[in-house]
Amino acid sequence: MVKQAHKIASQVATLFETSPLILDSGVTLSPVQVAYETYGTLNSDKSNAIMICHALTGDQYVASTHPLTGKSGWWERIIGPNKLIDTNKYFVICSNVLGSCLGTTGPKEINPETGQIYGIDFPVITINDMVKVQVGLTDTLGIQKLFMVIGGSMGGMQALEWLVDYPDRVGSMMLLATAAQHSAQNIAFHEIGRQAVMADPEWRDGKYQEHDTFPRKGLSVARMTAHVTYLSEDGLMDKFGRNLQDRDAPTYGFEADFQIESYLRHQGSSFVDRFDANSYLYITRAMDYFDIAARYEGKLADAFKKASDVPCLVITFTSDWLYPPEENKRIAHALNAAGVPVSYASITSDRGHDSFLLDIPEMDKMMTGFIQSAEARLMKDQRDDG
Amino acid sequence: MTDSQSKDLRPDLQLIANLIAPESRVLEVGCANGDLLQWLVHNKRVDGRGMELGQAGVNTCVSKGLYVVQGDADVDLKDYPDKSFDYAVLSRTLQAVRQPREVLLELLRIGEKAIVTIPNFGHWKIRLQLLMNGKMPVTRHLDYTWYNTPNIHFCTVKDMLDLIESEGLTLDAFVPFDAKGDQLDQSLSRANWGAHQALFVISD
Repeated sequence: MVKQAHKIASQVATLFETSPLILDSGVTLSPVQVAYETYGTLNSDKSNAIMICHALTGDQYVASTHPLTGKSGWWERIIGPNKLIDTNKYFVICSNVLGSCLGTTGPKEINPETGQIYGIDFPVITINDMVKVQVGLTDTLGIQKLFMVIGGSMGGMQALEWLVDYPDRVGSMMLLATAAQHSAQNIAFHEIGRQAVMADPEWRDGKYQEHDTFPRKGLSVARMTAHVTYLSEDGLMDKFGRNLQDRDAPTYGFEADFQIESYLRHQGSSFVDRFDANSYLYITRAMDYFDIAARYEGKLADAFKKASDVPCLVITFTSDWLYPPEENKRIAHALNAAGVPVSYASITSDRGHDSFLLDIPEMDKMMTGFIQSAEARLMKDQRDDG
Repeated sequence: MTDSQSKDLRPDLQLIANLIAPESRVLEVGCANGDLLQWLVHNKRVDGRGMELGQAGVNTCVSKGLYVVQGDADVDLKDYPDKSFDYAVLSRTLQAVRQPREVLLELLRIGEKAIVTIPNFGHWKIRLQLLMNGKMPVTRHLDYTWYNTPNIHFCTVKDMLDLIESEGLTLDAFVPFDAKGDQLDQSLSRANWGAHQALFVISD
């Protein structure tokens, strides 16, 4: 079932071969490939697995060098031997989400039914669909119950889906800088990004692979817009201010006079080298559809009623205006109302939404305390069972 | 019932800790650094939850592995279901909330019993300071000046008992105590005059 992919370094599991994956849209997919990385060793009773759920443009390379960019894993600071999430103790799994572009089934991959690249014929997916694939992967690895699920931003949305639909398969849960629904503002920014991609003549109605083109400019603009939402005004002023880039005076033209412009252009152009434009459309759409409470007549607490045995930690950052503290607090209060043991803290940071990816000592302290208490709880449960 | 292990707690928290039954469900509103919760979780195996307004306190609690939510007693208690805890504890916080009566009623909606401690504004030193100096009293336990104090609704032991009576609530226990946490005579006028703080166990 598990084989090494030839294109990328990840392991790839082939799932849903005998019974297809039924998507929220009603469309079925079979088989489904999922590319994933693991760190550490699964123990004999398979009780030490931590699932890390990545954000919109993240990937499975959470703690190892990215094959396309050559950069460190996106949470390598946190995950590794003797690190905050100690891979001497834990078996960490991070899979590339359904619809993405680093080895998991998505618009860039071949449709097994037609032998052609899916492209824009790929079905629209949801966050819940992504989690169904993660659950399938967990099954394949023989893990009945994860020690912990951790996710930030879109990863937090996946973690919430685990909590709502698979509470028996999760020991504890860490949610960072996330939301229980995508707001109108969130949808608006995503729509700007999608329109930028689709307005690029090289997008070719989503069939750019057939034409051997790529909507670099559109995807780059989408990334630039999104990137601003990941930062904060104070953070931007602090880092760039109104400083000019490589010049002493403005040019009175449309060159990148300001450092922030140059920075954003770099963010945009480096992004298109590692991400697929259609994947960007599908994943942003999945996030837009995300609304946990809507499935429970608007009562978020009702979604968590079956999760009262799953301790949760919710962390938010004061300058995050994309998934603001109020939205995270709403999750914490709903968890509390449902009887879920929950901790919630708002961490002062001027680094905006991306704070969860950065070195924030307060966050580390809380994560460490939470993991230690989850460890103690697991050991107590094992003693009680034994 | 004195639990010798609770001696490492602040005196008022010791009194509360000793009243709480093992393995009960406890919500502490205004749990600060989580000293009481941590003690209860470890020594009485309670299912302890906290709410704290200050970020520093919440962060400390979470890094200790406690379940604490950053929240405001005046606003956020409404999210908790009825009778979801055996005890709702509010220690030296009632005087700092905007709506003490509503908060007290919320505690009783959420908990089977509320355990409340208050600093007693009727203590003779405070009365004397106001009388002698004609200025708002500042003591070791109430060490804020009038313009920067978080304490906005001071009351005396008698005021608290009046509120309990006027709301038709049941007073299950009343413990006036001094600065060391030693219990004082329960006679009302002596308690109102001599207690630094008082503890009330209330049910509806």
